[in-house]
Amino acid sequence: MSNNKLRKVDVIFSPYSVAPYEILKNTMRRPKDEVVQELIDSGLRGRGGAGFPTGLKWKFAKQQQSDQKYVICNADEGEPGTFKDRKLLVEVPRKVISGMAICAWVIGATKGYIYLRREYRYLIQDIEKELDLYHKHAAEIGLDFKIEIFLGAGAYVCGEETALIESMEGKRGEPRNKPPYPIQSGYLGKPTVVNNVETFASATMVCRIGANEYKKFGTDDQHGSKLFSISGDSPKEGVHELELGMSLEDFANEFGDGDTKAVQVGGVAGFCIPRKKFKTTIIGEGNTTGGSTMIFNSTRSMYNVLHNYLDFFSEESCGQCTPCRIGTQQLLKGIEAVKSGKKPPEYLDQLVKLSETMRLTSKCGLGQSVTNSFSSIVKNFREEMIY
Amino acid sequence: MAEVKELVNELVDKYGRERKSLLPILQGIHLERNYLSKEAMLEVAKQLDLSAAEIYGTASFYSFLDTKADGKYKIRVCKSITCEMKGKSDIIKTLEDMLKIKVGETTEGKRFSLLETNCLGLCDQGPAMLINEEYYTKLTAAKVRKILGEYIRNKY
Repeated sequence: MSNNKLRKVDVIFSPYSVAPYEILKNTMRRPKDEVVQELIDSGLRGRGGAGFPTGLKWKFAKQQQSDQKYVICNADEGEPGTFKDRKLLVEVPRKVISGMAICAWVIGATKGYIYLRREYRYLIQDIEKELDLYHKHAAEIGLDFKIEIFLGAGAYVCGEETALIESMEGKRGEPRNKPPYPIQSGYLGKPTVVNNVETFASATMVCRIGANEYKKFGTDDQHGSKLFSISGDSPKEGVHELELGMSLEDFANEFGDGDTKAVQVGGVAGFCIPRKKFKTTIIGEGNTTGGSTMIFNSTRSMYNVLHNYLDFFSEESCGQCTPCRIGTQQLLKGIEAVKSGKKPPEYLDQLVKLSETMRLTSKCGLGQSVTNSFSSIVKNFREEMIY
Repeated sequence: MAEVKELVNELVDKYGRERKSLLPILQGIHLERNYLSKEAMLEVAKQLDLSAAEIYGTASFYSFLDTKADGKYKIRVCKSITCEMKGKSDIIKTLEDMLKIKVGETTEGKRFSLLETNCLGLCDQGPAMLINEEYYTKLTAAKVRKILGEYIRNKY
């Protein structure tokens, strides 16, 4: 179980051997606390990247006293290198919708939304058909929970749950201070569970196979299966479902092109791991778990890679807090200055310190995570930043 | 003017006269008009009883809401790292040559606008671009010439 080997599995994309709405119906026959405990025991963590234990989130939301609660499916998949949620919504939408419905039943919500990123607008018609079907099933089993699609308008930061909520309230997608957390005060000030698309689909499968079976996948520290969006220098680009806890070495051997120089784990908000650290790096341990994995071979300039990331961050920073707004721009200017010789190589150390300050002082995950890719690239590929 | 008013009225009736309806309303206007005119935003402000600055502030935050008129066809080329690795710059160059404009510009007569955009979520099929609501993947210069050629001939 815990030898950090790569194993392909077929939980999330398995065909509907038991119809997802049967899973929903069967789950609703059990006591709510038992279902929450099952999720906690399964070790399922949020699959969007932050990795908060799903069962606990639902438990806390259930405990809130309120006349209205909301369930939101975060389909604002904007992390570069991620496209698994698109595939889930196309191929197994009923597992996603069932997960939302189970959550709603557990916490006592009557209204839910799928926050769909603007770039995925072409999926709306198909999802709406699925929602019609779901609403019929819900009426049959007497579940009072309606789901609507809310279409985003193009902003990476709206993948952050409080920015997403601001956006749904008709405002700029600027993250809120936490606490209060959305489970206490979310959409329109009501307790709100925001979970990633894959998290809901996984929750459905936990209810289907049980915590014990689900825990057989993965390692002692990381439970279950996970979707990986694989792109870059790979002959096997696409979405692959793997057990958690594999070493990056196994991963690169399986998905690289034989000439892998580095892998970006967790999207641009994650870490860039050089080849010499593949053996000792376990995917998901100490790095983010959104599942974006971009593979770079030896022909790639890591300066160009970092430049691309920083251009992205400075454009997508919402501009609300100073460390992130100014920091992203200064990092970009800084590496350009070093590359062109206007600043000495030692200036890179100052920039790493700046990115560290951004981690400590930025308001949300966007500014806080810039240092992950920045430091890992500057430290591991320093000569490429200079020459 | 009267027309904009009518459109906003319809959308407000459909989505509700509340702040939380703002994005759907703005998107509804955008769908019909291809951008959010000053008149349209002022009308929304009046109808929702919000300041015009709030409307503009919200609209200008989002990359798929334009506050000035540009091309009938918006070409958005993905500039994320994986699309860049797969040859995004050739795609841009081909488009620039064909349209005789640079990224960020609009052709005369406002037919095409050329933009770069962040991740379209098609990283395994790059380079990718979006023309209005249509996706094109695994692009090559030849493929782009064919696709854009068709837009120019049939849909110009």
